[in-house]
Amino acid sequence: MSNLIHTRLEENFRASNPAQGPLSDFSARSWADFQTYGIPPVKHEEWKYARVSALFRDDLQLPISIPAVTAADIDAHRLPGHETATELVFINGHFVPSLSTIRHAETDLMIAPLSEAAAGADAAFIAANLGHSAAYHPDGIQALNGAFAGAGVFIRARRGKQIEQPVYIYLISDSRTGFIFSQPRSLVHVEAGAALQIAEHYITLGGQESFTNEVFELVAEQNALVDYYKIQHEGSTANHVGTTHIRQTGKCVTNAVTISLSGALVRNNLNMIMESEHGESHMYGLSLLNGKTLVDNHTIVDNVKPHCFSNELYKAIMDEESTGVFNGKIFVRKDAQKTNAYQSNKNILVGERSAANTKPQLEIFADDVKCSHGCTIGRLDEESLFYLRARGLSEQNARSLLLHAFAVDILDKIKWEPLRQHVDALISERLQFEI
Amino acid sequence: MLKIENLHAGIEEKEILKGINLEIKAGEVHAIMGPNGSGKSTLASVLAGRDQFEVTEGSVSFMGKDLLDMAPEERAREGMFLAFQYPVEIPGVSTTNFIKTAVNETRKHRGEEPLDAVSFLKLMKEKMKLVQIDQALLSRSLNEGFSGGEKKRNEIFQMAMLEPKLAILDETDSGLDIDALRIVANGVNQYRNSENAFLLVTHYQRLLDYIVPDYVHVLYNGRIVRSGTKELALELEAKGYDFIKNEVDAISQD
Repeated sequence: MSNLIHTRLEENFRASNPAQGPLSDFSARSWADFQTYGIPPVKHEEWKYARVSALFRDDLQLPISIPAVTAADIDAHRLPGHETATELVFINGHFVPSLSTIRHAETDLMIAPLSEAAAGADAAFIAANLGHSAAYHPDGIQALNGAFAGAGVFIRARRGKQIEQPVYIYLISDSRTGFIFSQPRSLVHVEAGAALQIAEHYITLGGQESFTNEVFELVAEQNALVDYYKIQHEGSTANHVGTTHIRQTGKCVTNAVTISLSGALVRNNLNMIMESEHGESHMYGLSLLNGKTLVDNHTIVDNVKPHCFSNELYKAIMDEESTGVFNGKIFVRKDAQKTNAYQSNKNILVGERSAANTKPQLEIFADDVKCSHGCTIGRLDEESLFYLRARGLSEQNARSLLLHAFAVDILDKIKWEPLRQHVDALISERLQFEI
Repeated sequence: MLKIENLHAGIEEKEILKGINLEIKAGEVHAIMGPNGSGKSTLASVLAGRDQFEVTEGSVSFMGKDLLDMAPEERAREGMFLAFQYPVEIPGVSTTNFIKTAVNETRKHRGEEPLDAVSFLKLMKEKMKLVQIDQALLSRSLNEGFSGGEKKRNEIFQMAMLEPKLAILDETDSGLDIDALRIVANGVNQYRNSENAFLLVTHYQRLLDYIVPDYVHVLYNGRIVRSGTKELALELEAKGYDFIKNEVDAISQD
């Protein structure tokens, strides 16, 4: 990172962070961490494929003010079923209430700018939970987001509320004036007994490069049910670093599905922190890549308490010159006896110059646990291809059918049907199945 | 319908088929028998277009066209069907979905409109009866967890759906119990007519009790060494392949 960009970030930080604000302590601490750690260099083990340092170029534009984006600009990108969903809009990292539409009752769902919530009755909750992910990511890029957290959003699903309609979060980068840097931040509180579906959808307006550095933190309490979806389908010049941090503070079920379909450099961190006995978590990922896209999925399951169950399945199809990376960490702490943790990563290389890098990383300190991991990297099965062609399917359709079949068990984990259909349509279109 | 002339084929440097000549006309059922390693399955694979085999000499014409010039899918669309000895399992693809695509690609090739959902279902129901296959089985992932008999019945069901002119049945009887064998044979017999033809590749005479061939050929060492009618199969069953091997080996030593 050049001195110029560092100086501009510092100016930006000073300008956006008045010393009296309710999040000033957190921001100041994050800024100090950023100074300490710096942006991860290429030689950093956790960042050797996702070379983020190269993105901090002199032409990176910092979001000094919120540009004029209209509801019409967003219309083309809304997710299906949005008419009955709550739609929250971020522009260049800033939560924008005026473009957001809350369709849930206030008694079910509370939504407020993070800085506002931190100034009110939720100050203590936010102070205790905001930045919980930092300990898992001791690096400058995570810290840099924290320094600008004041522009984020706070969401609460209220106790016992079974919220059927989803919350859609549109994270928009307006690159119409250049290579824009956005740092959205969300903190979600799913209270005891509440059920919430939440989907994050990333959008770049304009054809220029963009760079999003996001942190999404969620706290799930006793008997909560959380379905979290992350859908990436931006242009080929969109860069993304995101951390999704899901923490179970009571016995509950949390599911996460990460779908990556395009971008330049995409890094998804997903953490499941199992802090309560008998917690259950599911983590699914699907990458369908082409061009020179690099998608790096780093997952962490931290088993703090005993008797937890986690299941992880990540699949990737790499075409052309794309690269897929999977790094799956499972920690089983000394007290977390009777942990059941499963992990599987499957890759199909389609492109002659595509690549897959996969690394399971299990650190187990308890002695009575069941943990498994496995990975495969291969090409499409020739015998299956021949079988389908021998029935009259074109080679293209045979390939499409097999690749779709490979992806379908992840697609089926999207329980919100309009969203599943949407993602299925995007995948089928990419695979060019035709009659 | 099918004319094979002096066909030589092999895999890598090894020659397996060493000059096959065979003609099959509409309405005929031919059986190819032979000991293990004689080249029976290679012949079926070469005809269907499996690309690990290389044809080094000879020609094959199918419905007057050069078969060897066609991709596997073109052969299928022109009316050739291979029932696999080992049908593949494909998780995530249902038979229903895939056979619909196959039927419609073939129809498109013939310049016909794709079948709508109702006509497709009607056709499927009709063909399902032929091999006593269940709708639930066809909605499941293709062949995944199917028994040997279910897989072979699924092959014959697909054949009936695609209505080929020439069906090659590669050891369809292997791994079948007697009831499944009857069901499969019954499906074939019902589909059999004066317009189409069959090439049965089999190791045992047993299948030919149920599907009665017009001609029987014995393949040995990559050549057809004896042709005859169905009585030849019975003779083989009684004497074993050794009598043919001895005969052929004696001649080639002369």
